[in-house]
Amino acid sequence: MLRRLLAIAGKEVRQLKRDRLTFGMIIGVPLLQILLFGYAIDLDVRNVNAAVADHANTSLSRQVVAAAEASQIVTVTRSAAGPEALEALLDAGEIDAGIYIPHDFERRLIDADRPAGQLLINGSDPTVEGIVRRLSSMPLPGQQQPSKLFEARTYYNPEGRSPVNIVPALIGVILHLTMVLFTAIAIVRERERGNLELLITTPVKSAELMLGKIIPYVLIGLIQVSLILWVSQALFQVPIRGNIIDLYLASVVFILAALALGLLVSTLAKTQFQATQLTIFTFLPSILLSGFMFPFEGMPRIAQWIGEIIPLTHFVRLSRGILVRGADLGELHTEVWPLLAFFGVFLVLATLRFNKRLD
Amino acid sequence: MNDAIAIDAKGLTKRFGSLTAVDDVKLQIPEAAIYGFLGPNGSGKSTTIRMLCGLLTPSAGEVEVLGFRVPGQAEEVKLHIGYMTQKFSLYEDLTVEENLRFLAAVYDLPRSDLKQRIDRALEQYWLTEQRKQFAGTMSGGQKQRLALAGATLHRPRLLILDEPTSAVDPQSRRDFWDILFELVEQGTTVLVSTHYMDEAERCHNLAILDRGRLVAEGRPRDLVRDIAAGVVEIETDSPKQARERLEATEGVHSVAQLGTRLHALTDKTIADPAELIRQALKDADIDSEVENVVANLEDVFVAATRLNDQEGSRADAA
Repeated sequence: MLRRLLAIAGKEVRQLKRDRLTFGMIIGVPLLQILLFGYAIDLDVRNVNAAVADHANTSLSRQVVAAAEASQIVTVTRSAAGPEALEALLDAGEIDAGIYIPHDFERRLIDADRPAGQLLINGSDPTVEGIVRRLSSMPLPGQQQPSKLFEARTYYNPEGRSPVNIVPALIGVILHLTMVLFTAIAIVRERERGNLELLITTPVKSAELMLGKIIPYVLIGLIQVSLILWVSQALFQVPIRGNIIDLYLASVVFILAALALGLLVSTLAKTQFQATQLTIFTFLPSILLSGFMFPFEGMPRIAQWIGEIIPLTHFVRLSRGILVRGADLGELHTEVWPLLAFFGVFLVLATLRFNKRLD
Repeated sequence: MNDAIAIDAKGLTKRFGSLTAVDDVKLQIPEAAIYGFLGPNGSGKSTTIRMLCGLLTPSAGEVEVLGFRVPGQAEEVKLHIGYMTQKFSLYEDLTVEENLRFLAAVYDLPRSDLKQRIDRALEQYWLTEQRKQFAGTMSGGQKQRLALAGATLHRPRLLILDEPTSAVDPQSRRDFWDILFELVEQGTTVLVSTHYMDEAERCHNLAILDRGRLVAEGRPRDLVRDIAAGVVEIETDSPKQARERLEATEGVHSVAQLGTRLHALTDKTIADPAELIRQALKDADIDSEVENVVANLEDVFVAATRLNDQEGSRADAA
């Protein structure tokens, strides 16, 4: 009996070793996770993009800004004319923190009851919010004890509720998983069942086959978006501050990118099992590096570069921008182009790889 | 039948790594006739067929199908060929009618007479009652008729069938061949691969493939007449001993047992094969009735593949 058991186990291992893709997955998935969690993900958020509106413009006010930068919590990338300009920059997603120093800054400092300036914080990501908030009690330059330097004002998600942060990104996560998986399976299934052998003897063009496979799933994806939005409104009171049409447009662009990725997966995988594994393989970096699970600002430079290639990163920004900050698609256009580029490149790659021949 | 050529292939070769699956095959397949590929599994039948319809790129050689160069103009050729795969390859989770409608759209058939076209196909292939049935729930014979209905819906000039009757009963097979002859009547060229002798016999022309090489070609009747071997039938009470004895006899290529009879193929250089065998059995004290007989297609097949074998080993030795 043991002999038979070993024979079966041995056969399984042999088959697995011959299925090189699956074998690679066995090694690749844990390796990738370890690398991403252990190395790439650093939860210490640093260098949050910030803008300064310094109306005092004294040596002390400049020292305060320099001290804030020295803490490495923020990097000042812009200067702004006033509080309204800071709010506009927050809306557009260009900064996550704004420092406003009024002209009577030094006189206010002496008054221990009132905060001397204002700290405007993007609260749509609670981790970022929590860390930037530390600046509000930062010691004054040359002193040790905490001060009442800034009054912190949290925008978009003042209660710090996590659904507000999670749900917009979750739309993207769910779309990514289902869209990539559905398309990959849809094509691989045809190959496994032999349908493809017939199709390639017909005048069907590769591009027709690819697009024909994509279109139904775009619609399915939009149904999923509606479902998530409805549930999140009904159960978690997640706001829709921006235009819902903008969100649907952003979703369509993201769905196209995810489907193109799914098509490429389908040309690599030979079985439905492999297609599922490959999908998970693409899913992990998306979840971990897109800013869905961990703030983008907390990641080292290399991880951020990789994150910029991932479609989910751009969709998370679009979706949080539209739903939480009420931004419109025009303000967020820099997140749309990468998605379109991703769609184009991956569709071409998939079509080229999908040879209408058997060899 | 006319003399026009549907498929013209020269030096057709396909290598997969170090394996030569198809080796320097020359074919001239006439129009409006049934051309059969006969050969054991792995003889290169499917690979040849796939190259002819542009699904595989030949490693060497030239192919012209219906006047189009393949694989260069493979996409144009696809409009004029119907291909029936070995394994059922329509959608099992679609109904009979949905499958046919899908194919009609794929081939961009005119919408105006689509309904009549599908009705006629259902009628012609006895599928009218199965119209709303899921393809996956049908019998082997029904699936095969649906596959053929699908492959002929766009009225192709060339119909390619890769071992079409491997999953159907004998009656369905006969019906199937009746349909093929009707299609040929209407001018269709049919290319069929098989390993059934009775099917091979029905073909107008036959090519015998063995390990990638074309070892015999011609009309079944001519192949039988021109067999390069003597054919002898032996009636004996001790077939086992007789068989052992004959297999050890110089000049005997193969012995096959058919009930109480033995069927032997002898070298073509032997003038009177029956006499050779009679003598050999007499020497071994085995009682037998021996006579020279007319070859059948299986003899042709065995002779052709054995001969190829011996030439191959001779070439290896050289």
